[in-house]
Amino acid sequence: MSGATLELAGLGKSFRGLRAVHDVSFTVPGGSIHALIGPNGAGKTTIFNMIAGVYAPTAGTVTLDGRRISGLRPDRVCDAGVGRTFQIVRPFKGLSVLENVTIGALQRQSKVDRARAAALAILERLGLADRAHQLAENLTLPDRKRLEVARALATGPRLLLLDEVMAGLRPTEVDVMVGFLRELNARTGLTILLIEHVMRAVMALAAQVTVVSYGEKIAEGTPQEIVRNKAVLDVYLGEEEVA
Amino acid sequence: MSARLLAGLAVLLVLLLAAPALLGGYGLSVLILVLYFAFVGQAWNIMMGFAGQLSLGHALYAGLGGYVAAGLYFHYGIGPWAGVLVAIAAAVAAGSIVGYLGFRFSLAGVYFALLTIAFAEFTRIGFDNWSWSGGSGGLFLKVERGVTDLANLRGGPVLFYYVILALAAGTFGLCHLLLQSRLGRYWLAIREDAEAAQAVGVPVLRCKMMAVMISAALTAIAGVWNAFYYNNLFPETAFSIGRSIEMTLSPIIGGLGTLGGPLIGAVVLTSLGELFTSVGDMLGIPGIKQIFYGLALLAIIMYRPAGLWPWIAKRLGLERRL
Repeated sequence: MSGATLELAGLGKSFRGLRAVHDVSFTVPGGSIHALIGPNGAGKTTIFNMIAGVYAPTAGTVTLDGRRISGLRPDRVCDAGVGRTFQIVRPFKGLSVLENVTIGALQRQSKVDRARAAALAILERLGLADRAHQLAENLTLPDRKRLEVARALATGPRLLLLDEVMAGLRPTEVDVMVGFLRELNARTGLTILLIEHVMRAVMALAAQVTVVSYGEKIAEGTPQEIVRNKAVLDVYLGEEEVA
Repeated sequence: MSARLLAGLAVLLVLLLAAPALLGGYGLSVLILVLYFAFVGQAWNIMMGFAGQLSLGHALYAGLGGYVAAGLYFHYGIGPWAGVLVAIAAAVAAGSIVGYLGFRFSLAGVYFALLTIAFAEFTRIGFDNWSWSGGSGGLFLKVERGVTDLANLRGGPVLFYYVILALAAGTFGLCHLLLQSRLGRYWLAIREDAEAAQAVGVPVLRCKMMAVMISAALTAIAGVWNAFYYNNLFPETAFSIGRSIEMTLSPIIGGLGTLGGPLIGAVVLTSLGELFTSVGDMLGIPGIKQIFYGLALLAIIMYRPAGLWPWIAKRLGLERRL
């Protein structure tokens, strides 16, 4: 499993004339970690939904290793190698933690027994193995976030889209998640694109950061460049966060 | 499945096989009803309990199945074993149309249920006016006393008992296998959250179509059995909403999405029905049966909203799910 290169070219989306995203382009090289940040309502999740196939873009394209994936159905995008989490977690509540992840693993492994074994291995890596037989609805929020990541990883992606998986976690839990993602990226070369408000995680993980505001890209660079960027400070970060 | 559950099922099967020798005519007729409702309940449960799609028009598939097989036998002398294949084809075709319209255009919940009711209703009106099937006057199969003809499914209660037992047991096994399969897992995922399921690669439309087609096929078989058991068919009853609702009751009472639910539900509902009929006869108050029946349903739904089976399984120390 190695990371795929994601390329967004002139991506745009309008909802009945309301321009949610306009002419956004950036490239995430295979094997890198890239962050997408910006104020609430800037269009970050809309961009994710266009990559993941939930929305068809009204302009531009999304390609994965040169293959166009924009306009495909979400399950086809998953087939193509894109795993995603949801900002508001969406576990299969009435099923066990193990079943949740097994369903993801069935994407690559049609034998249920083998898929279950693969799911267990992923749960162990995320520290959820001891909760494997609990119902997903009984998990705490941090565990649900981890379950989202586990289920997405189980589909065997070459690109992982993480929508605010740090939100609601305590600083120590953020560090654990950051450590896990960094190790995952180093070991497998999986490409990761994350939407994140927790700058601590962005600074620790991302090689490159793209900033969007009002649906448009306003800056791109390394985390160190971004926190000194005047435009970014004005619309999003503000002075106090930089320290 | 645990060893304990398997042993219990084996004992149950032996008892059921011996039942015609153990029970009188009345007992056997009640048991036939139980197995019939367990069978159609299991079929309906595939759609609602597994895949989470509410159909309130399953009488469509049973009615179509019954009419097709009975009509072929009545007009051309084609026996039900061949007729059932045509019946299944007709019901699967109907299910595909209902399913595609509903799922392609993302009708969910009650809106999908309304669509299923509408299809059953206008099929009823169609059959009311179709002379080939006898119109609203009904279609009757000739009853020959003292004949046992397995090839044409003509005979007494014992014959029909063994056929419905085989169907109910076979469907139980089929549903067990389905739940263990990849398709079964995908259904559960769709039931829980279709959008999240699609994000992990579940082809949602295709899986929902499989659910409606398998469910319609099994329900059509039940319809064929029903037509040959009762020897008469009327559009007014075969496609009625009451018939559809009655198919949903045993899985709802027994436990949606569980394997044991439809069976337990059928046992409880049929015995309650029989009990209240005799109580009603004793009291001599017309309609009292329905009132008792309704109250009993209400009590079960209030106190065991997840159904009776999960509760019973827990007491017996059996695994609850899958």
